[in-house]
Amino acid sequence: MKKAEKITFKIDEKTCYAWPGQSIVDAARDNGIYIPSLCHVEGLKPAGSCRICNVTVNGRNMTACTAPVGEGMVVENDTPELNELRKTIVEVLFVSGNHFCPSCEKSGNCELQAVAYRYQMMVPQFPYEFPVKGVDARPDLILHDRNRCIMCKRCVRGIEKDGKAVFSFEGRGGEHLQISMDIDLASQLSEEEAFEAMEICPVGAILKKERGFAIPIGERKFDKAPIGSEIENSVEQD
Amino acid sequence: MKETIQNVIEKYNRDRNRLMDILIAIQNMHQHIPEDAVSIIADQLGISKVDVKQTITFYHFFTLTPVGEYAVYLNDSAVANIKGRAEVVQAFEDELGIPFNSVTTDGLIGIWDTADIGMNDQEPAALINGTVFTNLTSEKVKSLITGMRAGKDMLELMRVIDAELDGPELLSTMVKNNIRQKGAVLFSDAYEVGYALRQAINRTPVEVVDEVKRSNLRGRGGAGFPAGLKWDFCRQSRGEEVYVVCNADEGEPGTFKDRVILTELPKLLFEGMAIAGYAIGAKQGIVYLRYEYRYMLEYLESILQELRELNLLGKNIAGKAGFDFDIRIQLGAGAYVCGEETALIESMEGKRGEPRNRPPFPVQTGYLNKPTVVNNVETLCSVVQVITEGAEWFKSFGTSDSSGTKLLSISGDCKNPGIYAVEWGVTIQKLMRRTGANNVQAVQIGGPSGICIGPDQFDRGIAFEDLATGGSVIFISEERDLLKDFVLNFMNFFIEESCGSCGPCRSLNVILRNKLLKILDGNGVEQDIDELYKWAGVGRSVNRCGLGQTAANPILTTIENFRHLYEDLVQMNESFVSAFDMESAVAESCEVVGREPNLSR
Repeated sequence: MKKAEKITFKIDEKTCYAWPGQSIVDAARDNGIYIPSLCHVEGLKPAGSCRICNVTVNGRNMTACTAPVGEGMVVENDTPELNELRKTIVEVLFVSGNHFCPSCEKSGNCELQAVAYRYQMMVPQFPYEFPVKGVDARPDLILHDRNRCIMCKRCVRGIEKDGKAVFSFEGRGGEHLQISMDIDLASQLSEEEAFEAMEICPVGAILKKERGFAIPIGERKFDKAPIGSEIENSVEQD
Repeated sequence: MKETIQNVIEKYNRDRNRLMDILIAIQNMHQHIPEDAVSIIADQLGISKVDVKQTITFYHFFTLTPVGEYAVYLNDSAVANIKGRAEVVQAFEDELGIPFNSVTTDGLIGIWDTADIGMNDQEPAALINGTVFTNLTSEKVKSLITGMRAGKDMLELMRVIDAELDGPELLSTMVKNNIRQKGAVLFSDAYEVGYALRQAINRTPVEVVDEVKRSNLRGRGGAGFPAGLKWDFCRQSRGEEVYVVCNADEGEPGTFKDRVILTELPKLLFEGMAIAGYAIGAKQGIVYLRYEYRYMLEYLESILQELRELNLLGKNIAGKAGFDFDIRIQLGAGAYVCGEETALIESMEGKRGEPRNRPPFPVQTGYLNKPTVVNNVETLCSVVQVITEGAEWFKSFGTSDSSGTKLLSISGDCKNPGIYAVEWGVTIQKLMRRTGANNVQAVQIGGPSGICIGPDQFDRGIAFEDLATGGSVIFISEERDLLKDFVLNFMNFFIEESCGSCGPCRSLNVILRNKLLKILDGNGVEQDIDELYKWAGVGRSVNRCGLGQTAANPILTTIENFRHLYEDLVQMNESFVSAFDMESAVAESCEVVGREPNLSR
């Protein structure tokens, strides 16, 4: 990779390089810097909805998954203010859903849980809402548990059957919005597609049936090292 | 049914981008969107049923169950409430024997809450099948229900309670325009249809853009972005196909100035759009008209036709070879957030009105991913006068940072609510005198997303650099319960109207509202006020769009300016109140097992 073709910018004093048009969060990853994200997955159109990847550029906050890197940009990422903000966002997600980690199949592989550990959430500063949410277990291969959903829209953007969306938003606003599943399409998902649906979900809202605890607790993705350390330990040397 | 739905879909060429129009037509036909229709639409447009439903369920006026042959949507804005809405609700419920937000068993009449319908100067008001009924009382409700039961049409129904309807034939309406003060820019008697457009086409498009830039005309919807600059950016995008969009989705509670412009000066608006079209090289203009203003649709269509006949729209406009421009009207379906320009574009494409991530901006990637200029109704009207009279003339009004005049929609506790065309810089005190507002406790400026100030700030002026507003000014007198009647109403409004995309906007506003309720219920302590203030500050820096960034303003600005009202409610000497009530906590289970709660206190 020739540096000449790349844009030079800075994240927290570190000089970084990015391809023109690359988003801040992707460029940061290539430079070994972790910016937390929940709704962003490589390959999907960024949604900019979880807001946890907010970084500060020129005194203004913007989501690193939607903002492209600019030449000479100075990005603030690992600051006390932003980290506090991220913790707040995670806490809001926790209290506005029903997230009971110990009984969840996704525990240890869950990105929400992992980000909460990374930003050292203890007891949320907000009161728990304990909202009433439904579970939809009709399809043969997947289980949709809205209690755990953080409405990141990864499934909405990423899971299709015959070119049609299997999952969609339904309703709007703070009290009625939910993800709904097209039962006809969801029932037609193959084993592989059902697994993909579970994998795309950052939490335990979409689970592949009959596959509980295949990997034991203690040996899961985030059990040994915090989320983001895989990025921080794999600096691209060029 | 299948055939009629098929016909609707065919009428819009099976175009997924016209899903709004398809749904509006079906909702009107069946008073809801039947499940079968959802299947047919999904099938015909090649999308999944949940994909169709995600658009349906986003908009307040689309429903999956019938809303009644007469669907009554009663405005639930704060001002409606202080003007006697409760009495009207009671009358509907008593007469019909059903609670609000339900339909009579025969399916004839449904009564529903709805967010601001732009009638703050004549509340309580309701929409019935898209027609506006104003200044309602319990007596009028009884007459209306008798009329509905007799099967009267909308015109007859209006005449039941108002013998003298306003407006031209296609716009027979109960809505009064209440223009209290005219100004030099808007509502000037000097306006001559087509004059400015002819002036514009004798100059180059760049010269027209430059004139607007020199005038310092800033967007009148609230954000205040310089209009000329926006046009210039759009020109720089060099799109083959570009669009002019007029944002007529004024949903900010308390503003109704666009309603008045649209009914009084539609030609001025359409001429402004044509000038914008000439300036940026657009052939198509679209007015995004909020569903609440559907009652003026036929009238506006007739005006467009008139302008076509005058060759002020259509091909080779005003004799200028190659200058083709026409306008169509796109109806919304009830969503405040669609007033945000990128959400508005999403909605015009038949999708949920969720604001887009920026960049790219609409001037680069807008409607159908083409460069698009979105301007407010009042901005486009101001353009006409800038071209007619010149930038210097325009700048002679107002302040250095806010040139020209502004239309204010004034409502609440004052003698003469209505429209006031003022020069930027006018102080609140002056407005109070002009409108006859006495014993004012607070003024809400810029609607719920704006700020709430007290008497110590009434010497401040309305201007972008001071008290910015898209037009809404609400006077709140001393006898009102500011926190309960206004702040709580505004928070519920934002919770309902948030698109829900951004986590902090979707959920934090609910947390804030619940904390406010804890205080209003007398279970708060001083720490609750501090926490409320701290939490309310989060949204501003993290959320994507204007709604999310300002939704906590009702709480933020009242804690800043009226902290004593909160302190009066909390238990100042306590450090902790659990707000836990054993009796209500066990009430449900007691009812199930048929047992009296046995609580030793």
